Amino acid sequence: MSSPGPGRPPMLDVDGLLDDPGTRVLVCCGSGGVGKTTTAAALALRAAERGRRVVVLTIDPARRLAQSLGLRQLGNHPRRVTLDGDVPGELSAMMLDMRRTFDEMVMTHAGRERAEQILANPFYQTISTSFSGTQEYMAMEKLGQLAATGDWDLIVVDTPPSRSALDFLDAPQRLSSVLDGRVIRLLSAPARAGGRGIARLVGAGFGLFAKAVSTVVGGQLLADASAFVQAFDSMFGGFRERAKATYRLLRSPGTAFLVVAAPEPDALREAAYFVERLAAETMPLAGLVLNRTHPVLADLDAARAAAAADEIDRAGTDPVVEAVLRLHADRVAMAEREKRLLGRFAAAHPEVALIGVPALPTDVHDMEGLREIGHRLAGT
Amino acid sequence: MTTPPPGWTDELARVRLHVVTGKGGTGKTTGAAALALALAHGGRRVLLVEVEGRQGIAQLFGRSPLPYAEEHLTWVRGGGEVRALAVDAEAALLEYLSMFYNLGFAGRTLRKMGAIEFATTLAPGLRDVLLTGKVKECVTRTDSRGRHAYDAVVLDAPPTGRVAKFLDVTRAMADLAKVGPIREQSDGVVRLLHSGETAVHLVALLEELPVQETLEAVEELDSVDLRPGAVLVNRVRPVRLPASAVETAAHGAVDAERVAAGLRAAGLDPARAVITGLVDQTVEHALRVRAERAAMAQLAEAALPVLELPDRPDGVDVGVLHELAELLIEQGVR
Repeated sequence: MSSPGPGRPPMLDVDGLLDDPGTRVLVCCGSGGVGKTTTAAALALRAAERGRRVVVLTIDPARRLAQSLGLRQLGNHPRRVTLDGDVPGELSAMMLDMRRTFDEMVMTHAGRERAEQILANPFYQTISTSFSGTQEYMAMEKLGQLAATGDWDLIVVDTPPSRSALDFLDAPQRLSSVLDGRVIRLLSAPARAGGRGIARLVGAGFGLFAKAVSTVVGGQLLADASAFVQAFDSMFGGFRERAKATYRLLRSPGTAFLVVAAPEPDALREAAYFVERLAAETMPLAGLVLNRTHPVLADLDAARAAAAADEIDRAGTDPVVEAVLRLHADRVAMAEREKRLLGRFAAAHPEVALIGVPALPTDVHDMEGLREIGHRLAGT
Repeated sequence: MTTPPPGWTDELARVRLHVVTGKGGTGKTTGAAALALALAHGGRRVLLVEVEGRQGIAQLFGRSPLPYAEEHLTWVRGGGEVRALAVDAEAALLEYLSMFYNLGFAGRTLRKMGAIEFATTLAPGLRDVLLTGKVKECVTRTDSRGRHAYDAVVLDAPPTGRVAKFLDVTRAMADLAKVGPIREQSDGVVRLLHSGETAVHLVALLEELPVQETLEAVEELDSVDLRPGAVLVNRVRPVRLPASAVETAAHGAVDAERVAAGLRAAGLDPARAVITGLVDQTVEHALRVRAERAAMAQLAEAALPVLELPDRPDGVDVGVLHELAELLIEQGVR
């Protein structure tokens, strides 16, 4: 990694990161719509082409990108992606199926009979498909599973497009606290011996609250939830252990986080949050990938270009040349804006290495496009 | 290529509840806010509501977080006013329950314990019913003379992936109690959401994924009998090339000699590398324009009115929102 010059952020050495056998897990995070999935896929392809055995876990890829990775059919397990014969490494890819990951986790941890009971419970259907942290939780669970197989020497992970980019760190904890059953026991049987202590603490209002909730959501649902939590209780320890193990994996030296952003105020603000949060959790940040930058390709002063365009317009000579000059002026303005935004970010986080990835004019949906993004990520 | 119906239709002009959705990152909140400002022109009162606890409105308008109360946001030309409300499901549940039960201090303690989050987790539909219930109350509220408190309500709704579910109160109620106060309220919500008084607008970008999600959302809304309104195409960037030159340039056929000659005629004396750079930039521009045209053509499949909001790369603040509102008015919003 090059040393930071005055006012210049260090440059992120993507190839160094991918080639380092010590890099075992690469997590791409950032807010929605910044090209996280594409970045993850491009990194994975580049790593494979540089000799590593790679699996990429994507969350919700665009249809055509998924097709180009051979992910047309859902399958909750990695599938080998066909690469050219002379590629030294290998690439597998998978798309997260949140529901099936959850089902499999239940089946692993509960006995067969109990697992069936849980899977059939209507409340489980709700939790496994609609709870707002489930996708994040399952992505981390799947990462843990992939790491445990030892089949790959690099796992590249895309993270869900959460409302907040940080949700995937918190989701296991949130889901745990919902499932651990204290509240549901209170709600379903507030008068029972176990609930009485807390009920006294809360005051007489609690009984009313329980009644109110049951009026609102209905007794049947409460009964389902209660049955679910009881069945779930036995495997809860196992769940918590796994969540802890994944958390340890994320903090281990083999893991590197890449924060992905676009040169826009909102995305960079989110990236800054992320950088700070990772530092607070002592999670290893490799750097910032700034997607879709617009570097100026022609060294021509924007004001002179605009003046010349005006002159051509007046003379009415060549509308195409006029357009060439105007779009150059647009581009210079855009590049300057991006530089300003980035400068602000770098001033606040001078230690963060970064790489700008010039925008492709069209969406990426084939291996060729991914390879091109890979080149740009590596700065080559 | 079918052309989309232009502008704001008469049906849309009659709508009182404007639900705004869009894929994450498309500028849903910006679209909702600009629409609220546009609707407030001519002395009307508009309420802008958010329901996801993101404080997106406060951020956009550069002010401190909104409480769970209707607050003044901005005045618009002609004496109109936009007010804002951030609905919080937990507060709404407590407010709601307190209408029927005296919870006293227990409410606050339960909230701290996570019991309320739990109740809404237990029945995710409950959260949606409470939020839409509050919105409905705002839409239908009248003053002592029977006049509507708001001429229009704009809801910054959940993103496209979840919006149909969010608004499908009928389905959510299937999970909940068959009788009781919430049931009665929700019948009114269902009537409003499925009436001509409600439309669901979609914010999109001229990129593959947002277009795809927009079309899917339209289909999903249709399937649950909710009414898609207009598509707001956000961040539209200027097209510089003459329409006829786009296709050739996209194929890389930009005549470097012609560019060099044109620049010399305009008094510039560019180096070879500058010409090459200009040509490359022009090809990229043409490719982008072509991709955006294709995206626009695909959006037209939804057969909805399309309104455009220009790219504001310096970011959006209150001043810019007023400008965007003016542009929406020019495109027929009333």
